[in-house]
Amino acid sequence: MALKIVKGSIDRMFDKNLQDLVRGIRNHKEDEAKYISTCIDEIKQELKQDNIAVKANAVCKLTYLQMLGYDVSWAAFNIVEVMSSSKFTYKRIGYLAASQCFHEGTDVIMLTTNQIRKDLSSPHQYDTGVALTGLSCFVTPDLARDLANDIMTLMSHTKPYIRKKAVLIMYKVFLKYPESLRPAFPRLKEKLEDPDPGVQSAAVNVICELARRNPKNYLSLAPLFFKLMTSSTNNWVLIKIIKLFGALTPLEPRLGKKLIEPLTNLIHSTSAMSLLYECVNTVIAVLISLSSGMPNHSASIQLCVQKLRILIEDSDQNLKYLGLLAMSKILKTHPKSVQSHKDLILQCLDDKDESIRLRALDLLYGMVSKKNLMEIVKKLMLHVDKAEGTTYRDELLTKIIDICSQSNYQYITNFEWYISILVELTRLEGTRHGHLIASQMLDVAIRVKAIRGFAVAQMATLLDNAHLLTGNTQRNGICEVLYAAAWICGEFSEHLEDPMQTLEAMLRPKVATLPGHIQAVYVQNAAKLFATVLRKHEGETDSHAAQETSQLLIDRLPLFVQSANLEVQERASCILQLVKYIQKLQQKKVEVAEEVTALFAGELNPVAPKAQKKVPVPEGLDLDAWINKPPSESESEDEKPKAVFAKEEPKHSRSRHTEVDEKELARRREARKREQANNPFYIKASPSSQKVYDAPGVEHIPVVQIDLSVPLKVPGMPMSDQYLKLEEERRQKEKAERKKEKKKKREKRGKERKADSGPESEEDIAPAHQVDIVTEEMPEVSSCYFGVIKPTVHWFPVQKSSKHKKKKQKKEKEEKEKKKKKRHHHHHHHSNAGGEDSVQNGTVEEEEPLPPMSNYFLLAENSYIKMVYDIQGNHQDESKVVVSVIFENKSDSFLKSMEFNVLDSLNSKLQRPEGAGAHDSLTVPFQLPPGISNEAHFVFSVQSIVMPQKLKGTLTFIVKSDESSTHEKLDFKLHFTCTSYLITTPCYLYDAYAKLLESGDLKGSSLRLEGINMPFHHLLARICFHHHFSVVERIDSCASMYSRSIQGHHVCLLVKTTVSIDAKCDEPSLLGNVLDEIKQTFSKC
Amino acid sequence: MQFMLLFSRQGKLRLQKWYVPLSDKEKKKITRELVQTVLARKPKMCSFLEWRDLKIVYKRYASLYFCCAIEDQDNELITLEIIHRYVELLDKYFGSVCELDIIFNFEKAYFILDEFLLGGEAQETSKKNVLKAIEQADLLQEVSTEVYYHHCKATAIGVHHRVFGLSL
Repeated sequence: MALKIVKGSIDRMFDKNLQDLVRGIRNHKEDEAKYISTCIDEIKQELKQDNIAVKANAVCKLTYLQMLGYDVSWAAFNIVEVMSSSKFTYKRIGYLAASQCFHEGTDVIMLTTNQIRKDLSSPHQYDTGVALTGLSCFVTPDLARDLANDIMTLMSHTKPYIRKKAVLIMYKVFLKYPESLRPAFPRLKEKLEDPDPGVQSAAVNVICELARRNPKNYLSLAPLFFKLMTSSTNNWVLIKIIKLFGALTPLEPRLGKKLIEPLTNLIHSTSAMSLLYECVNTVIAVLISLSSGMPNHSASIQLCVQKLRILIEDSDQNLKYLGLLAMSKILKTHPKSVQSHKDLILQCLDDKDESIRLRALDLLYGMVSKKNLMEIVKKLMLHVDKAEGTTYRDELLTKIIDICSQSNYQYITNFEWYISILVELTRLEGTRHGHLIASQMLDVAIRVKAIRGFAVAQMATLLDNAHLLTGNTQRNGICEVLYAAAWICGEFSEHLEDPMQTLEAMLRPKVATLPGHIQAVYVQNAAKLFATVLRKHEGETDSHAAQETSQLLIDRLPLFVQSANLEVQERASCILQLVKYIQKLQQKKVEVAEEVTALFAGELNPVAPKAQKKVPVPEGLDLDAWINKPPSESESEDEKPKAVFAKEEPKHSRSRHTEVDEKELARRREARKREQANNPFYIKASPSSQKVYDAPGVEHIPVVQIDLSVPLKVPGMPMSDQYLKLEEERRQKEKAERKKEKKKKREKRGKERKADSGPESEEDIAPAHQVDIVTEEMPEVSSCYFGVIKPTVHWFPVQKSSKHKKKKQKKEKEEKEKKKKKRHHHHHHHSNAGGEDSVQNGTVEEEEPLPPMSNYFLLAENSYIKMVYDIQGNHQDESKVVVSVIFENKSDSFLKSMEFNVLDSLNSKLQRPEGAGAHDSLTVPFQLPPGISNEAHFVFSVQSIVMPQKLKGTLTFIVKSDESSTHEKLDFKLHFTCTSYLITTPCYLYDAYAKLLESGDLKGSSLRLEGINMPFHHLLARICFHHHFSVVERIDSCASMYSRSIQGHHVCLLVKTTVSIDAKCDEPSLLGNVLDEIKQTFSKC
Repeated sequence: MQFMLLFSRQGKLRLQKWYVPLSDKEKKKITRELVQTVLARKPKMCSFLEWRDLKIVYKRYASLYFCCAIEDQDNELITLEIIHRYVELLDKYFGSVCELDIIFNFEKAYFILDEFLLGGEAQETSKKNVLKAIEQADLLQEVSTEVYYHHCKATAIGVHHRVFGLSL
C-alpha cells in the first residue's frame, strides 16, 4: 500500500503538467500533430490511474487540447470523475472541462445530476458558484427539470454572490425547461428590488431577455421598470431597461409617449456613449411605432439626428459606424430630417474604412430625390474612379444602378443622362457587373421610347469601340454590355444614323472572340441591320450599295458558321443562306427590302411574367370544364365512366352554341374585337411597329479602326456631367419662366406682392423629356413589368379624358390609312373598326364591355410587403365580417413569421383562437417567397353596423435573405365602411320590393352625383360591385336596386340617369353613411 | 452574447467560450470563418461587422484579438466595454498581462471570465468584486499549483514580454 503511494507520487513528478504540454507543443511546431498524439496516449495512461490529482492534471491538459480542435469526447466520464472530487482545486478543473467539452448530446451528463445537486447545496459558496457556472454552459432540458427547484432556492441564498449567479442561470433553465418559468417568476420579480445591486442587475438582465422573446407577458412590469429607470445610475442596468422598453412599446403605445421625456433627458445628460446610443435607438424605435398621429415629436427626432451627427463626426471609427447605422433607421420614417445631413454622409464616402463607406452608401440610397440624384451620382462616379479594389468598386457600381433605378426610375428626370452614366460605367475594367449594366440599358431602351434615338446612337458608338471593352481578358465581365448594345442597335435600327457602319462593326473578325451568347445576338441583329440598310437603299437607281451590303454579310458570316457555339452556328448558317438568296434576287433587280423587313416586323412589348393571370376569363367560359369528353382510361372500362359523364354534363348548353347562325357569329366577332380593343392585356399591333424609312441613302464609308489599349473617352460620347450642367440651367430657366408667369399674373391682378422664391419642391421639377414609362396601351402589364405587381385590377380602361380618346382615335385612323397605302398585312394586327365606331358615336354604350373592377383597397405598403384588403359579410352570422387580405412580397427576400394584429375597439374585434389573449396577434398561415402573393382571411365580430369604423393594426414579419434576417413591421388602418356590412342579396320579385317600399318602415334620403360621365350601366355596375347592391329592375332611365345588411336592414335605391339617387332604408344613419360612401366612390373617378 | 473568442494575430485560438449550444463541428467552422474575416480587416477599420444574422464586435489588444458575437438588438458599445473590462481584469490579475499568461494559464483566464460573465450576461460589473471572488477561490486551491504557476510565468516571460497596450 505504502509502495503504491510512493509510486504514485513518483509518477506524478515525471508527468507533464499543462505548462509542459503547452511548451512542448510550441517546441514541436513541425510535427505538432504527432507530438499531440503521443501526449494524448500519455493522458490516456494517466486517466487510468487512481490518483485524482493525476486525473485532474490530465483533464486540464485535455481541455487545452479540446480548444486546439482535438476530439476529447472519449474522456467525458473522466471529466465527471474529476468534477465529483471533494477538493475544490480538482472540482474547479472538472467543471471547467465539462463546461468546455459537454454539450446536449453528451450522455454522461445524466450521471451528473446528483453530483451537481450536492455541489449546489454545498456549504462552501465557491463550490456552489463553480457548479452554477458550469451548469450555465451545459444545462440540458433534463438537468433543467431536475435542478430547477434547487436553483430557485438558491435565488434566496444569503450570499449575494450565489443569488446573482442563481438568478442569471434561471434564464438558461427557462429556455431549456419553460414550465419552470411560472413558479419561479414571483421570486425573480422580487429580485428586481434586491438590496444588492449585482443581484438586481442580474434580475433586470433576465427579465429583459425574457421580454425580448415574448414582450406581452411583461407589460405589467412596466411601472416597476419605469421607476428603476428614473432612479438607477448604473449604466449597464439602464441600457437593459431601455432595451426592454423598446420591446414593450409596440404593444402599448401609451408607454411610448411616456418614455420620450425621460429618454430625451438621458440623451441630453449622459456622457456614456453606449447609453446614449441605446437611448437614441430606443427613441427611434418608439417614434417608429408611434409614427401615426404624433406630430409633436419632431423635436425628439431632431435631437436624435443631432446626436447622431456628433457621433458621425467623431474621429472614432466605431462611433461613426454606429451613427450611420442608426441614421439609416431614422431615414425609413423621417427621410426629411436625414436628408439635411447629406453633406456629412457624402463625406463619409471618403472614409478610409470600407465598412463605413458601405454604410454611407446604404444611406444615400434612401436620400436621393429628383433634385439631388444627378449630383449624388456624380459624386459616386468620382469614387468609382478613385476606388481601389474591385469589390468596393463593384459595390459602388451596383449602388449607382440601384439608386437610379429605384422605384421605377422615379428620380430620373433625364434619361439621356442615365444612358450616359451607364455608358461611362462600361469603362470600368474587371467588373463583374457587366450583365447588370446591360440589363439596365435594355430596360431603359425598351421602356422609354423617347430615349431610343439617343440610346441607339450611344450603343452604336459602343459597338464601334468594342475593342476597348474586350481588350484585356476573356473573362472580362464588361463585354456583357455588348449583348445589350447589339440588340438595341438591331431592334431599333430605324434610329441609326449610319446602319452600314454599325453593321460593319458587328461583323468584325474580333467578334468571334466574344462569348457565344453575345455572338448569337450579334449575328441575329446583323440580320436586322441588313434589313434596315436594304430598306434605306430601296428605290435608288444605283443598287450598288445594297448589293455591297449583301456581299459584306456573305463574306463575314462564314466565320460564325464555323463557330463552336451551336446557337451562333445555327443562326449564322440560316442568315447566310437567306442573304445568298437575297443577293440572287438583287442581281435580278427584284425589290426585296419589304419582305426582308417583314422578317423582323412587330414590336416587342414588355410583358410581365404573370400577365396571363390577369386576363379576365370571358363570361360563360369554364376553364375546368371538358371541351370534349375525356378519353377513357382503358378500353375495357369504357362503359361506366361514359355514363357518369353523360349524367354530369348538361348537354343542351353546348348544343345551343353550335346552332348559332352566321349573323350571331358576326355580331360576336365584332363584340370580341371591341373587347380586345379595350382590353389592355391584349397585344395589338401598335402604330410604332410600322417603321418609317425616309432617311436618305448613305454611301458605305470604310471605317478606320484605331486600336487603343487604354480606354479613353470615346469621341462623341456625351459625358454625364454635361447633363448635370444642362439640368441646372434648365431648372434655372424653368424657375425664371415660372417667376415670369407669376409676375404676369400678379401684374394682371394689379396687386403688388413680394416675390416668393421659396425653395424648389420636388414636384416642381419637371422631367426634361416626357417619357412614357407606362405605355398607353397596356398600363397594367407594363407596371407589372416594373415589379409593382398588383394582385387585383384597379384601373378602368374607359377613356379617362376626351383628349386621350381623340389621340387614340387619331392614331388608329392614321394606322388605317397607312395600311391602305401599303397594303401590308400584319398578322398580329386586328382591325379595330367596329370598336372604334361604337366609341365614336357613343350610341352603342350598352354593348361596351364592363371594365374589370376590384374591391381590394390598399391597406399598407412598404419596401417589403404590400397588403390589399376587402371586407365581406355573410348572412349566416349577423355580427361577423371577413376581412380578406392579400399579402404580396415585393422584396427579394423571404418573408416569414408574419403576425397580424389589430387594436380592437369596443364595437369591432378581431376573432382570435380560443385561449389567446385579447391583444395576441394572429399568425398568417403562410410564408412568402420573393414576388409571391397570397391571401389570408381574418374574421371580425362587429356589434353596431350603422357607422363606419377604422381599426389600427400592425403586421410584423421577418425578412430573411441569404445574409441576414431582420424583424420588420408595418402599421395599417383597416377601414370598415358601412358598405362592407352590406351583402349582395338578389331580389327577384319586383312585387316584394314594391311592397317593401310601400310598407312605410323605411326612411328616405337622396343623393346627387356631380360630374359623372360614364355610361349608365357602368354606373349601375359600379354600385353593384363596390357597394354590394343588385339590380331589381331597370326601366329606361332609372333602376331600382336592393341590398341587405348582415343584420337584416333593407337598403333600396332608385338610381336615375340624371345621376340622382333616391334611397330608402330602415336605419337612417346606415343609409346616410352608405350614400356618403357611394358618393366617394364616384368622386374618385 | 452568443460566444467569445480570443485568438492571436497568427489565427491561433487562445480561448473560446460558447453561450449557445452548438456542435463541435459547427463551433470549429464558425471559429475558422470568423478568425479569417477579422484578421483580414485593416487596422483602421471599425470594430463591428455584420456576420450571418449576428453582429461581431472585436478589439485587438497587442497581439490578441478579443471577438464577441452578439444578437441584432444588442448594444455594440457595451460589448466593447465588456471586452475592455475583461482585459482590465486579466491585467489586474496577472499584472501586466501578456498573451503568454493566457496561453500558459488558460484555465485562470476562463475562471476570471466565468466570474465576470455568466451565460453570456455580465454578472458582476464591479472589477473589485470579480477579483475578490477569484482570489478567494484561488486560496482554496493547493499551494503546489501556485508554485508551478509562478515558476512557469518567470521562465516564459523571460523569453517574450508583450504587455497589452491598455491605453484607450
